[in-house]
Amino acid sequence: MAILSPLIAGLIFGLGLCLSGMIDPRKVLAFLDLAGDWDPSLALVMGGAVTVAFVAFRVAGRRASSLAGRAFELPTTTTIDAKLLGGAVIFGVGWGLVGLCPAPAIVNIGFFDARALLFVLAMAAGLKACDVLFSLRTGAPDLRASSPGDGAE
Amino acid sequence: MFMHIDWVHFTPWSALAGGIFIGLAAAWLLIIDGRVLGASGIFAGLVAPRRGDLAWRLALIFGLIVSPFLAAVLFGTVGAGVSAEIPTLIVAGLLVGFGTRLGKGCTSGHGVCGLARLSSRSAAATAAFMASGFLTIFITRHLLS
Repeated sequence: MAILSPLIAGLIFGLGLCLSGMIDPRKVLAFLDLAGDWDPSLALVMGGAVTVAFVAFRVAGRRASSLAGRAFELPTTTTIDAKLLGGAVIFGVGWGLVGLCPAPAIVNIGFFDARALLFVLAMAAGLKACDVLFSLRTGAPDLRASSPGDGAE
Repeated sequence: MFMHIDWVHFTPWSALAGGIFIGLAAAWLLIIDGRVLGASGIFAGLVAPRRGDLAWRLALIFGLIVSPFLAAVLFGTVGAGVSAEIPTLIVAGLLVGFGTRLGKGCTSGHGVCGLARLSSRSAAATAAFMASGFLTIFITRHLLS
């Protein structure tokens, strides 16, 4: 089943976000607020996640294809350009305003949180706006190119 | 620089354990399906879909949305509650959607998987959104209020 394993990945991901407390915007903001009462938890979340994922990428690097027989879809772009950095800075402003990034916002919908749903709808509008703006400027929808992006597009 | 660690709210063990779960989710999707776990990119594929590329994304997002029910049973997790004002929520959501699309990744795609791949591009993006997040809350909490 092509959808069973992504479903399980989403479940494990969501469980991790719940267990780590990263679904709580206050906890995320307490990490970002270096000048206030600082809560370093987010650093440990990332440390744990990166360590396990690092091993996984090493394992994947030794294999020709995934267990489902698919070729690995890994990002190929290596250039650090204005779009990358500008996008990251804009994302960081939104993250710092509310304390939500995409995955925890989506998980919070599962707690029947109407404000999380509103945030996710605004997120969808924001990414649409980006597509429209950049396809108008360049004349080509390069953000929807077929090569996978860093964010698993 | 003097930093004040909030020992009361610092939860090292659940943070580390939760992080390991997130890493396992990334490992699962990579080893089984050959895909990189990046929430913003996977979500973007629902908003701007491509032919034959929708089902797995829907399944993964569905898994995220139902995970609280499992977390309630396994860990006794209760919803934290998003408390930001409506206009702030809308502005922040727009910025997160726009920025992650332009920068091609968020905390999971660049911050977890990108760093795990030792990608200098993802390291630069992570440094940029962290710095921007630090600065944003410094301005809103300590300069404006």
